Amino acid sequence: MQNILGLILAGGQGTRLGFLTEKIPKPAVQFGGKYRIIDFTLSNCVNSGIYSIGVLTQYRPHLLNRHIGIGKPWDLDRKGGGVTILQPYSTLTESIWFKGTADAVYQNIEFVDEHQPEYIVVLSGDHIYSMDYSEFVYYHISKGAVATIACMEVPLNEAHRFGIMVTDIDNKVVEFQEKPKEPKSNLASLGIYVFTWDFIRKVLIEDAKDETSEHDFGKNVIPKILSTEKVYAFPFEGYWRDVGTILSYWETNLELTRPIPPFNLYDPNWRVYTKSEEMQPAYISDERTVRNSIISEGCEIYGTVDASVISQGVTIGEGSIIKNSVIMTRVVVGKNVVIEDSIISENTVIKDGCKIGIGNFAESTYDRKVYDSHITVIGMDSIIEEDCEIGKNVVVGNDRIVPKSTKLASGGYYI
Amino acid sequence: MKALGLILAGGKSDALGKLVYKRASAALPVFGKYRAIDFILSNMVNSGIYKVGVLTQYNPRSLMDHLGSGKEWDLDRKNGGLYILQPYLGMTGEYWYRGTADAIFQNTTILRRGDEDYVLIGSGDHIYKMLYNDLFSFHFAKGADVTLVVKELDETYDMTQYGSVVTNEDGRIVEIHEKIDNPPARKAFLGIYFINKFLLLDLLYDTVPSGKYDLLLDVIIPNLSKLRVYAYEFNGYWRNVKKGIDEYYKTNMEILNSKQLREELFIKYGRVYTKLKDYPPAKFTGTAKVSNSMISDGCIVSGIVKNSILFRGVIVKAGARVENSIIMQDSIIEEGALVKNAIVDKNCMIRAEQVLVGDFEPVVLEKWMVI
Repeated sequence: MQNILGLILAGGQGTRLGFLTEKIPKPAVQFGGKYRIIDFTLSNCVNSGIYSIGVLTQYRPHLLNRHIGIGKPWDLDRKGGGVTILQPYSTLTESIWFKGTADAVYQNIEFVDEHQPEYIVVLSGDHIYSMDYSEFVYYHISKGAVATIACMEVPLNEAHRFGIMVTDIDNKVVEFQEKPKEPKSNLASLGIYVFTWDFIRKVLIEDAKDETSEHDFGKNVIPKILSTEKVYAFPFEGYWRDVGTILSYWETNLELTRPIPPFNLYDPNWRVYTKSEEMQPAYISDERTVRNSIISEGCEIYGTVDASVISQGVTIGEGSIIKNSVIMTRVVVGKNVVIEDSIISENTVIKDGCKIGIGNFAESTYDRKVYDSHITVIGMDSIIEEDCEIGKNVVVGNDRIVPKSTKLASGGYYI
Repeated sequence: MKALGLILAGGKSDALGKLVYKRASAALPVFGKYRAIDFILSNMVNSGIYKVGVLTQYNPRSLMDHLGSGKEWDLDRKNGGLYILQPYLGMTGEYWYRGTADAIFQNTTILRRGDEDYVLIGSGDHIYKMLYNDLFSFHFAKGADVTLVVKELDETYDMTQYGSVVTNEDGRIVEIHEKIDNPPARKAFLGIYFINKFLLLDLLYDTVPSGKYDLLLDVIIPNLSKLRVYAYEFNGYWRNVKKGIDEYYKTNMEILNSKQLREELFIKYGRVYTKLKDYPPAKFTGTAKVSNSMISDGCIVSGIVKNSILFRGVIVKAGARVENSIIMQDSIIEEGALVKNAIVDKNCMIRAEQVLVGDFEPVVLEKWMVI
């Protein structure tokens, strides 16, 4: 394997996940029962043989820092390389945040130089997919490119949401359109890049001086180098999801509960590693049955669970019914609770007799842009007291206590 | 106070039959993801003992594989950590460990080196959760030379299989009867010793060279009048899975019926650490019917599972039926098969429509078997 350094951009807030990312960044949001979103990219790196990784953080990084630690679960506690957390820093003359993806890499040029890589792989910490980056890099080398962008075909009517690439017959990129109104192609950028380090180093230094630039790879850097340099598109055909909205986050989780899910977590040659909590196997009582669901270790289940993802250490009381929902770590659900079409965040307590996600959809009265689906979101570390009735598309914030018998109609909020 | 932990994990157990053809009893898989030795290792680490020697002899391969560098128990350390103490070839002779006292005597180096003043000795195949700190305080408060951990056993235990301990009002031990018929007391010795390191060395030098190799029979019992040997009473759950297949089966099944017991074993008194496997969470499909069972990570359940324990990576296909059984790691139960009152070891396969049913005793299927 060539000398490759992975840089994972994990500083984004993920504004469209609403309260799910109020206290933690998007890469730290739980996914699939025992994982956090960044686990997929980190595991891809080590499964691809990349053992030198920088994780660039900015937005509320504490949980992410604790999760990654010295990288032990990914075998990244190494003498050479390993994982390094790169946070924004101040210098003698100024103290600034990372202004964009390109600027984040620019500000860490010294870190990259120390590793003396030939190539860098710039990754995003908020996608769910499995990709062998070594194939990606060999493709880059074989094309003699200075920059290669992973891309995927998307339906043409959705192309306006992505960075779109127009390529020639050899997959060389001839035009790049950022979120175009009239897309010329359906080849969407996944925000995953390979760069030849010597080349991109110079480009980043130039870009940093350019005051008109937003210092973003997709918006500024790639369009700038397209005309003169060899930029290639790497067509990716596997499973890839951007869980950037509440609906797509919920859907992608529930996809795992299908009989044969499109994303295979069971591949023994491509394990997804995570910092596991030490918990005993799940206990399923004889009260009801569990179907079409993912149940993690440490759960105690006395109620009914259908088409749901249940994370580690969750307790579900007698007579409760959980349907089409994502329940995160250490949530306690009391007796005779009904939860439908909901996301319940970490450490929240739902007391006896509550009904959540009932009734019909109504437009959100809080934030229509973020809460635009029928999914009800309950924030982390909250308590829903007995006999509350909460409708569809409702949002309850983090660290809230909803008093007994509160009624929140569909589209409502408690923050 | 610093203590060294010693875990006796070398004994052979004929009572476990097929389950220990290829493993030490301390490496017996229990409760879906653990091995028996995880409990004492976690107890020690949770009690602040970070230097632990494991004495092995019988079939150690799977135990070694499990322990590795000790990193799962945070025992991969610069100071202390995990020591594997196996029998070895010496300049003057070669011996297997001829008994518990001999095993420790052959490893006096680990006792002499290091700054620990005390030694905690326990067995690798006992299932219990205990923070030893109370035991330490008890030992000092009584001014004891040796403290043995005992437990009042109820009728579910066969007292003729345990050492019976008689104490005076102060808790000092006056008699110990090892595995006799009609024992005078139902207080059983649990195989856990706490003793000053230098005293232990003295006692070993007095006994082992003269051909006495058992720690309890040759070292402790003959010295009951000379030494202040005290009994520390433990009231929690305790089982010795080495006693036989029945005991092993019963122990596993017991935790299904008691939430309190699961809390005691897995949550209270610190977590139980074990080797991680990085399996994804368990998956239940539309035809799954699971009741009163424990299901580990990596399982895919499409069939009926009742009163059973599935270890990691077990697959139960649609129409298969698993009842009152223990299915170990990566075994597959195919469509329409019936498994009842059985212990299925690792990597087995029960083909479609096949039947594996035990009656009074659970039937045991060896590793890698296909029926």
